Amino acid sequence: MIDIDYLASGPVRRAFIRFKRRLKSLPRDFASYMARLPGRAARAVKRIPDALAGYARIFARGDFFTRLSFLIMGAGCIRRRRFAKGLLYLAVQLVFWFYFLNSGIYYIAKLKNLGSNVQTEIWNEDKGIFEYTKGDNSMLVLLYGITALILLFVYLAIYLSNVRDAYNSERAARDGGHIPTLRDELYSLTNENFHKTLLFVPSLAVIIFTVLPLVFMVTIAFTNYDRFHMPPGNLFTWVGFENFRSLLGFGENKLLSSTFRGILGWTLVWALFATITNYTLGMILAILINKRGIKYKKFFRTIFVLTIAIPQFVSLMFMRILLSETGLVNVFLEQIGLISQPVRFLTDANLARITVIVVNMWVGIPYSMLITTGILLNIPEDLYEASRIDGASPVVQFTKITLPYVLFVTTPYLITQFVGNINNFNVIWFLSSGGPMSGDYYQGGKTDLLITWLYRITTGEQNYKLASVIGIATFVVSAAFSLLVYNRTASENKEGDFQ
Amino acid sequence: MKHGKASRRANSIIYIILTLLCVVWIIPVVFLLIHSFRAEPGAAIKYLLPKNYTLDNYIRLFTETELFNFPRWYLNTLFVSVCSCILSTIYILMISYSLSRLRFRSRGKLQRIGLILNMFPGFMSMIAVYFILKAVGLTQSLFALILVYSSASALAYYVAKGFFDTIPFALDEAARIDGASKAMIFWKITLPLSKPIIVYTVLTTFMAPWMDYIFASVIMKDNYQNYTVALGLFQMISRENIYDYFTMFCAGAVLVALPISILFMFMQRYYVEGVTGGAVKG
Repeated sequence: MIDIDYLASGPVRRAFIRFKRRLKSLPRDFASYMARLPGRAARAVKRIPDALAGYARIFARGDFFTRLSFLIMGAGCIRRRRFAKGLLYLAVQLVFWFYFLNSGIYYIAKLKNLGSNVQTEIWNEDKGIFEYTKGDNSMLVLLYGITALILLFVYLAIYLSNVRDAYNSERAARDGGHIPTLRDELYSLTNENFHKTLLFVPSLAVIIFTVLPLVFMVTIAFTNYDRFHMPPGNLFTWVGFENFRSLLGFGENKLLSSTFRGILGWTLVWALFATITNYTLGMILAILINKRGIKYKKFFRTIFVLTIAIPQFVSLMFMRILLSETGLVNVFLEQIGLISQPVRFLTDANLARITVIVVNMWVGIPYSMLITTGILLNIPEDLYEASRIDGASPVVQFTKITLPYVLFVTTPYLITQFVGNINNFNVIWFLSSGGPMSGDYYQGGKTDLLITWLYRITTGEQNYKLASVIGIATFVVSAAFSLLVYNRTASENKEGDFQ
Repeated sequence: MKHGKASRRANSIIYIILTLLCVVWIIPVVFLLIHSFRAEPGAAIKYLLPKNYTLDNYIRLFTETELFNFPRWYLNTLFVSVCSCILSTIYILMISYSLSRLRFRSRGKLQRIGLILNMFPGFMSMIAVYFILKAVGLTQSLFALILVYSSASALAYYVAKGFFDTIPFALDEAARIDGASKAMIFWKITLPLSKPIIVYTVLTTFMAPWMDYIFASVIMKDNYQNYTVALGLFQMISRENIYDYFTMFCAGAVLVALPISILFMFMQRYYVEGVTGGAVKG
C-alpha cells in the first residue's frame, strides 16, 4: 500500500499514516485471520490420513521387530541393541496403560456428561447423623478427564516416535548405516537436539500450570458451573453456547449483556487513555531529562524510578486512603479554602474514572520514561552531528530526528501497552476496586474493567461459568489488538523506512 | 550570545518543571514515610503533618506477632522470591535461548502457542491452578507459590528473547566451525555476553513475589502463617483493622519498599538495558 502520498511525506507523517492504516484494517485483518482458521484446521486434519498412510507403509515394509514395535513399544530398538531407549519406551508403555486402565479411561468416559450420581444425604438411625453417599464430582471429573486426554496425546506422540525409531534403525542396519548408540543420543541432546534439553522442564511447567488450567477454564464456559451447581453437593453439566448467548444479549438476563457492553466500553476507553497519557508524557519527561545542558540527569531519573520499586498495591492503597472523602487531599484542599465539601474522587462515577486515569499516570510514566530514555541514548550521535553541520536548529533536530526515531521504535511497545492496560488489574482493583458500584450493572462498578469484573464474579458469588466467558471475551479483545503488532510489523516495519 | 541566553532560559524552565514533577512523584512516598513514624492512630488525620513522632510502629511490627506475624511474612516472601527468582531465571533463559538462537521444526509453532497463551488474562487460569494444587495436596504452601510464580514467568520470555536476537550469529558460526556443540556455545559464548539480561531477569522475577497480590491470595486463602507481605499488609487495612493498624501498614510498606528500592538503584542500568533491548524490539 505504498503510494505517492506516503512517499512524499516525512518520517513522522509516514509513521502516522501507517498507524492509521493499521487501525483501519484491524477489523478486516481480524476477520480474515479468523476466516483462515477453519482452512488451517482443515489442512491439519487432511494431513492426518497422509501421516497414517506413512505408518501403514512402515508396518507393511518393516521386518518382524518393527511390526512388533506397534504392539510392544521398544521392541525394534532392543533388537538393534539400543537397550536403554528400548527399555524406556517399554516402561512408558507399561506405566501409561496401568494409569489409563486404572483411572484415565474412567474419567474420559465420564466427560460426556460430567458425572451423574449426585451425592445424597442418608439419615443413619444408629449413629444419629447424616451420612453422605459418595457421588460424582463434576469439577474433578472435568479436571482429571482433561488431564487424561492430554496424557493420551503425549503417549500417542511417544508411541509414534517409537515406531519411527524402530523403522529407522532397521533401515540403518539393512543399509549398513550407523545406528545411534546411547552415547550418540546423549550427545545429540547437547547439540542438534539441544532445544529439547532446554525446553523440556519449562514446557512441563507451562503445560501443568498454564495450558491445563486454561483448557479447564475454557471448557467451563460451556457448562453451568456456578454456586447452584457446586460440587460435591451438586453436579454441573454441558450447556453448549448458553453462557455466550446470555453475555451477548440473546438470553433472558438483559442486565448481564448491558453490563458487559458497558464494562467493555469503559475497558477500551481506559486502555486508550491510560496508554496515550503514559506514553506521551513519559516521552516528554525523558526528552526533558535528557536534553543537552540539563544537569543532575541521574538524580531526576532516580526519583521517578524510585516509585517503580514501591509495590503497586502499597502505593495505590495509600493513594486510595489519601483520596478518600476524609483523606489528606480533601483535608488539605479544605484547609486552604479551595473547597467546602469533600471532593468525591473515588465515589462519583465520572470523577472516579478521571481519578484512576490520573493516578495511573503516576504509576506508569516512570516506566515509559525509562524506555524512552534507553531509546534516546541509542540514537546514533552522527545523525545529530550531520544535522548540526547542515545548520539544523534544535527544534528541527527534534521533529526530524528524535521524534520519528522514538515513534518508529516504540510502535510495537505502544500496542503491547494497550493490551497490557486492558488487563491492568492492579491499578483499578487497589485504587477503586471497580467502584462506585452501580445498580445498572450486574455485580459491576463504574470503573470495573473486564478483568476486575471477572475477579469479583469468581471470588464473590463464584459464578465460574460467567467468569470463564468473560475471560474468553477478554482474550478475544486482546488478541484482536495483538494481531496489529504481530501480523503487520514483520511486513511493514522495514528498518529502511526510517532513514 | 543571544542563542546561549535563550537556551539558558529554556533550561531553567525545564529545571522548574522537572523539580515540580519530582515533588509530585515523591510526595506520596514522603507521606508514606511520615505516616510510618506517626504516633496518633487512625487512617486519616485532620491535619497535614502528624503532631507526634514515634518508632513504635516499627517495633510493634516485630513484637506484636499474634495477629499479624510480619517477621514471618517477610521471611516467607524473601524465601519465595529467592527460590522463584532462581527457577524463573533458568526457565526464561532456557526458553528464550532456544526460541531465539536454535533452529528447529516446531519453533514457529511454539512461539505462536506462547503468544496465544499470553493473551488470556492470567487470573483466569488461577482458579483451575488452585484445584490442581489441591488435587496434589500442595495448596497453601510456600512451595506451591514458588511453582506457580516460576511457571507463570516462563511465558514472559519476550524481553530476553529480544536480547538474544541482537547477539550476532557470526559468533555462533565461528564456534561451530571450531567444533563446538550447541550446548558449548550456550555456556561459553552466549551466557558470558548476557549479563545485562540475566541481571534484568533476576531483578524482575525477584520483585514479583513482593508485588503480587492476587495469585498469592488465591493460593493461600486463610493460611496466615504462609502469607506473603502483600497479603499480610492488605489485611492490616481491611475495614475492621484500618483504624488500629494503618500506621503499622505504612511502616511495613516502608520495610518492603526499602530493599527493592536499594536493589533497583544499583541495578537501574541493567533494568534500562533489558527493557529497551528486549521490550521494544519484541
